[in-house]
Amino acid sequence: MSTLAHVFEEAGIATIVLSSTRSVAERMNAPRTLHCEFPLGRPLGRPNDAEFQHDVLLRAFELLDENAGPVLVQHPVSIEADETPLTCQIPPRFDPNLHPAVDEAQGLRKAYDRSLATRGSTNVGRSIDADGVPDALLTLQKIVDGEPWKEVGIPGGNTTALCHDIRTYYEEAALELVGALDGSGDVPDGRAAEAWFFASTEGGKTLMEARQAIQDQGGPFPVWFYMAPGHR
Amino acid sequence: MREAGDGLPVPEFSSTPWTTPVSLNKATVGIVTSAALYPADGEAFSAGDTSYRMIEGAERNLVLGHWSPNFDRTGVAIDLNVVYPIDRLTELVDDGVIGAVAPRHVSFAGNQPDDVSTLRLDSGPRAAAEMKADGVDVVLLTPV
Repeated sequence: MSTLAHVFEEAGIATIVLSSTRSVAERMNAPRTLHCEFPLGRPLGRPNDAEFQHDVLLRAFELLDENAGPVLVQHPVSIEADETPLTCQIPPRFDPNLHPAVDEAQGLRKAYDRSLATRGSTNVGRSIDADGVPDALLTLQKIVDGEPWKEVGIPGGNTTALCHDIRTYYEEAALELVGALDGSGDVPDGRAAEAWFFASTEGGKTLMEARQAIQDQGGPFPVWFYMAPGHR
Repeated sequence: MREAGDGLPVPEFSSTPWTTPVSLNKATVGIVTSAALYPADGEAFSAGDTSYRMIEGAERNLVLGHWSPNFDRTGVAIDLNVVYPIDRLTELVDDGVIGAVAPRHVSFAGNQPDDVSTLRLDSGPRAAAEMKADGVDVVLLTPV
């Protein structure tokens, strides 16, 4: 972002960066930066909180009153990305003949569909659509069971994209289940849904085991590392 | 995850450019985001994509195309404005704080190659020129 600030400012457009990483912003010398200690992925801080978002914007626009830069100011509010797993129901076991993750993913389908109907769009679809999630989990399980990752036929051919779609399918279903989309429930904290997926679901467990298996098989770093957030 | 930024290499800039805009209540304000947002029926971003998309001001059906697994996606799934504060800017026009909202906005993918040379020398200047041609005075840059 700070790189683009230099480019746009040189083109004659005044810029204000909302920075997420202060140590980077301090080294970039962008003209005007409002550092916001908010969860990564939420540069305006709080979803569904117009008043707070307006406050962020007005503090950003105040930097236009400065006469020279670089100027770096920090927003007074700090919001931690709480990693306590979201309290969200997991579908009860339904078909004991299915792999637990497949059974679970199928059980979440109606919630995912309601989420899609409410939002009008989905971030699932980089390599598979929602129909492909159960089979994708079975493919990951094959890797866990020892089949070479190169030979199982990764849907779409890219583990990063595939795992993005699986996790997003779960997260979008979870948002519907906890009432975050229609306002009947609270907005989850910054990493709560992610924590729920990896800590509480069979899908998350399968993904992490497959990630470890690919690493153990000697798979290239980019193939396994980006299947999950770096700190996991 | 934020601590990971401490060791990141960053491009070096020997000086800080400076543009003094018209007064805010007369300024046209646009958004430049690195969330790799794109219209649901538009062209997706590939991994390491250095190109950009112009987003029409009325478009709300946007997909988050950023490839990193390291940030929250649920916030923007709940409220687009937490990354792309398009409705907030419209309200600030109604309140007389800013002059106008830009007719189009710019979306890049934050997962750029480390030297960001294309961004600095090619796609960045082209995007800036498009916004300049649209009469944009001020841009707010929102990261992911």
